[in-house]
Amino acid sequence: MAGSLSDDDLTPVAGGGLLHRRLLLKRGLVLAVATGAAPSVSRAEDTKVGATADPANPPWLHKTGLPFTGYGTPSKYEKYVVRNIGGNRAPAGDGVSWTPLEDLEGIITPSGLHFERHHDGVPEIDPALHRLVIHGLVRQPLMFTVENLLRYPMRSQFLFIECGGNSNAGWHEEPIQRPLGAFHGLVSCSEWTGVPLSILLDQAGADPKASWVIAEGADAGLMNVSLPLSKLMDDAMIALYQNGERLRPENGYPMRLVVPGWEGVLNVKWLRRLQLATEPAMTRNETAKYTELLPSGKARMFTFVMDAKSVITSPSPGQKMHGPEIYEIRGIAWSGRGRIAKVEVSADGGASWAEAHLQEPVMSRCFTRFRMPWKWDGKAAVLKSRATDETGYVQPERDVLVKERGREGYFHYNAIVCWAIDEDGSIRHVYA
Amino acid sequence: MSHDDVAKWDLTIFPDGRGLPPGHGTAKEGRQIYERQCASCHGDEGQGATAEELVGEPTPPSVDIPSKAIGSYWPFATTIFDFIRRSMPPAAPGSLSADQIYAVTAYLLAANKIIGDSDEINAQTLPKIRMPNRDGFIPIDVKK
Repeated sequence: MAGSLSDDDLTPVAGGGLLHRRLLLKRGLVLAVATGAAPSVSRAEDTKVGATADPANPPWLHKTGLPFTGYGTPSKYEKYVVRNIGGNRAPAGDGVSWTPLEDLEGIITPSGLHFERHHDGVPEIDPALHRLVIHGLVRQPLMFTVENLLRYPMRSQFLFIECGGNSNAGWHEEPIQRPLGAFHGLVSCSEWTGVPLSILLDQAGADPKASWVIAEGADAGLMNVSLPLSKLMDDAMIALYQNGERLRPENGYPMRLVVPGWEGVLNVKWLRRLQLATEPAMTRNETAKYTELLPSGKARMFTFVMDAKSVITSPSPGQKMHGPEIYEIRGIAWSGRGRIAKVEVSADGGASWAEAHLQEPVMSRCFTRFRMPWKWDGKAAVLKSRATDETGYVQPERDVLVKERGREGYFHYNAIVCWAIDEDGSIRHVYA
Repeated sequence: MSHDDVAKWDLTIFPDGRGLPPGHGTAKEGRQIYERQCASCHGDEGQGATAEELVGEPTPPSVDIPSKAIGSYWPFATTIFDFIRRSMPPAAPGSLSADQIYAVTAYLLAANKIIGDSDEINAQTLPKIRMPNRDGFIPIDVKK
């Protein structure tokens, strides 16, 4: 496939100038990339300081650098790549912070940028005082310390976690204008390592009558939800590590439940209790919240699986195109049902589609990075991406989703996302 | 773990009332507690403010009135007691006594016109209340 660029490679494969994905494997290809459009005043000042030196002979060539550090942090020039804190600020502990998806590449979210959804703040848990209790319909109730759990066989898995409320602005009548992360960034992807829960449940001895498990966290709200025992036996884990290090406090330190592909709220942080039962507890967060009112007046409940979704991270709103050139359209796709089978991209508002390159590794219930070469002619265009997962599920168009679900459901918005590219190179969120 | 050890940890309340502690309260008693502990975020009449609305009509939601207030949306009355006990008020969860929680629960049920002002709410009466939207939910990802 590799080889030098030829004129044939620049023949569009779909409307709006989409090029064949194999182009990305050619030597000699240089791509344009949309970049941040409106640097803040402070950002411009940073740039000015740097610009006064000669790049051939910058000052850091002539003095000892900074000392060693116990724990590294990003470059000071990257200090603007931060979680976007939003949501309800009164009371202070109830809200969200979004992952800046538009500033990140690859498939792993740095732990410090993993999205947050807390119902009553982040508890400062002393691991020596933390316990996990498994009880209810079991042969023998068990209590574990962190030290106990560290002695069990472990497993690592690359998994996205997505809040059920992610992308909920998509239900709005008018398309919201925000950077990608502040719209779709309640999803992040990490390597989680921990103890397969089936091992602990086997040790406790689940009663054959048990079919539900009530999971409870050690935050100030004692956040609790009910989950089917079958899922927990199948592939859940008690995660102790995230991206190689112990969990961050805001991600559940010292332990969280991880249920691959299922709604974020079910991945209970600061996990302290699992109670086996014959029925769900019908907690606030599985009845009043995390349910979706339909046009019929009935509401969807126990909507555990996060359906396939994709978003184009570049170009995206807030960035700017730099004239007619060959661009690389970049994005991420994920599905709670398994692997991403394909991602198609359209540059003409969905009239025609072409398959994007999926970057390896493509893993089940994990972010998949896709890339697509695009020869932008400088005219107005509408970009879309459409994910299909290995079960054959296809990410729906917005009008299809809204017709089925109405606009009062709030949770589980996964429709195709559209970015309009204007002739001046600016990028807007549109419904198209 | 022994049975007694487990009891200290078990905070679950099921829709049939299992897990409810001893105690009782009425809406009249609950009104004062609500005003002191809840109204600043949920509004004087439970209409919602910085926190969500709690009081609505005792009829299931519709497209025209998509209310998720307790009376319109919540399928089980036990959930009210359980959530207040574990989470409210957010600055000091766990600070209300069982009697106080029963009283606030009674107040919220009465404000939603589901019980009367003098009806006593306790571990026996609370699970017997049939909420207007009890049959309003369709389980999606649960194997039958």
